[in-house]
Amino acid sequence: MSANAHSVVEPSAGAKLAASVLVILYACVALIPLLWIGLTSIKSPPDSIAYPPKVVPFVHFTPTAEGFCNLFTTRSRQTPDYIAGLPPSTGGCDEVARSRNMVVVGASNYVPRFVNSLIIAFGSTALSIVLGTAAAYAFSRFRVPLKDDLMFFILSTRMMPPIAVAIPVFLMYRELGLSDTRLGMILLYTSVNVSLAVWLLKGFIDEIPREYEEAAMIDGYTRLQAFWKVVLPQATTGIVATAIFCLIFAWNEYAFAVLLTSGAAQTAPPFIPIIIGEGGQDWPAVAAGTALFLLPILVFTVLLRKHLLRGITFGAVRK
Amino acid sequence: MAEIRVENLLKQFGSFTAVRDTSFTVQDGDFFCLLGPSGCGKTTTLRMVAGLELPSSGSIRLDGEDVTFKRARERDIAMVFQLFALYPHMNVRRNIAFPLVSVGTPKPEIRRRVEEAARMLRIEHLLDKPVSGLSGGDRQRVALGRALVRQPKAFMMDEPLGALDAEFRHIMCGELRAMHDRLKATTVYVTHDQLEAMSMANVIAVMNGGVVEQLGSPQDIYDRPASIFVAEFIGSPAMNLLRFEGAVEPNASELGLGGVPVAIPASREGRASGPLALGVRPEHVALVSEGGIRGKVVGTEYLGTTQIVTVGTAYGAVKARVSSAQTLSPDELVGLQLRSAKLSLFAGDTGKVIRSTLHEAPHAASRHRKTMNSPHAPGAAHV
Repeated sequence: MSANAHSVVEPSAGAKLAASVLVILYACVALIPLLWIGLTSIKSPPDSIAYPPKVVPFVHFTPTAEGFCNLFTTRSRQTPDYIAGLPPSTGGCDEVARSRNMVVVGASNYVPRFVNSLIIAFGSTALSIVLGTAAAYAFSRFRVPLKDDLMFFILSTRMMPPIAVAIPVFLMYRELGLSDTRLGMILLYTSVNVSLAVWLLKGFIDEIPREYEEAAMIDGYTRLQAFWKVVLPQATTGIVATAIFCLIFAWNEYAFAVLLTSGAAQTAPPFIPIIIGEGGQDWPAVAAGTALFLLPILVFTVLLRKHLLRGITFGAVRK
Repeated sequence: MAEIRVENLLKQFGSFTAVRDTSFTVQDGDFFCLLGPSGCGKTTTLRMVAGLELPSSGSIRLDGEDVTFKRARERDIAMVFQLFALYPHMNVRRNIAFPLVSVGTPKPEIRRRVEEAARMLRIEHLLDKPVSGLSGGDRQRVALGRALVRQPKAFMMDEPLGALDAEFRHIMCGELRAMHDRLKATTVYVTHDQLEAMSMANVIAVMNGGVVEQLGSPQDIYDRPASIFVAEFIGSPAMNLLRFEGAVEPNASELGLGGVPVAIPASREGRASGPLALGVRPEHVALVSEGGIRGKVVGTEYLGTTQIVTVGTAYGAVKARVSSAQTLSPDELVGLQLRSAKLSLFAGDTGKVIRSTLHEAPHAASRHRKTMNSPHAPGAAHV
């Protein structure tokens, strides 16, 4: 029942220390790009491309919200005379823009793109989990004809890179009117993720003894009720782990998003590089967009990390 | 409480036949044991009665009502699983209440009945604990509580003590039997452990290869095994089988074993010449210095008041249970004297017993109902 029952030999203090040092070193290396994104997002455009690089805030450069302002607004360049003739600035981003001889003319598309990303990623994750759990349960518990072949077929859908079918998908989506729609993207990401979900979840559900459902069915419940009340609560770990994997894929996906979305359903990944093109290479704005883009996955993963850890080590540690 | 009548049950999984032509009746209030080695079909039979598997053919009646193809939840049968199947995400109270919740029992009623069940099993102090921290015995009690809380027509138990350590199994055996006596609940109990079956059941069905080999009281099964399989499966050490070639006349009351005459219960059937096996329990073998079937002492196992002596004979090794006071040295030549009234004779080819007056003893066919909470059946007392 406890992890102790399965642990091998408690590692020595020295080994633990060495492991900690290694992990910390690796984390430092791995975190440098993230740190750089964070730093760049609070630099001014000239500071962001200065050489030698400016590293320490308040010492080498003065932090500014300009990157975030540029991310969230669209601006137009004006003559200093025109700007001087305007009513006093309302402060904030307006002030920042005027200092660069620009005026804010409206909100950028970042927020709607970000919302698209949220809807599409969470929508496709939810759908993948629902379909994947149902299929995994059926494969795990029932005598499905050609079960092994079907499972292999589901796996085989992942054997080539999804982008290899980009052209057929593009043509198909155009015919079906799914191009540049959120529904289309949800279906697409679901079709990619559902195979992963079925395989992962089948593993988790296989680990739950059938006796639990049988006990529930003898105790007066239908199979569906037994599934809801007994199987699902025990599959939470697996479901959460699978959901995080699905979410990360759908959240980060770039190629299909570029190909199939351009406006209404465009997600954040294809939008962020577009910022580069608008009025020079605005690295702080790109960094700001990227930093914000990283947050939802970070929050989701941190909130569910307990489940994720147990999920990743499943099979190794038995309950 | 109910009577369970199983008729000509057949269960096939693909080309594999798990249970073949199995019929038996569990009378109201019986503690009925399905006993057999693993893979003999006992669990499959139990699962068909519980409604977890559907039979390929045959019928199951519960109190006269045909439930063969009814769903498990419609049968009003409770089951205790080998690994208990306590829902790990619920505490003890919710586990026990689970069957009551399904039928929409009002909350105060649930509370009362759960507490009543817990009191009966002496687990009241555990009610609000999570099941994950419980000991094996407490898990067992919670599983029992969940089974008995809704007062079902019958209890199914699938090796419920299999996951417990030996010492605790012994205690739970007594508790289970005591609970059965108190509730008078029809119980079908699956086990591969003959000691459990002998000590708890009042009727045992010995299964082998998907077939019921013998159905009877523990005494029946121990004293009058219906086949070589039962003879070898029951008892520890098992019944000795002296195999030889010969013929049996109807009404024969003596056999010649290599020239040594052996008196047997008068046979009721005859057999033409062929392989035969004479079955004798170790406790019915006496070792004498003169006469009898000659053999050489191969080894002894000291068991306290008794010892098991293995004697090599022309018919194979024979084990005798004799008093520890008797001193025997290895390689000593001894004679085996068999207690005639207790001998069984089997046909070597079919494995079936050849019927004799042994099977006409006054209590041979009756079904003994135990009324005391006896921890041991008489036959198993020395094991």
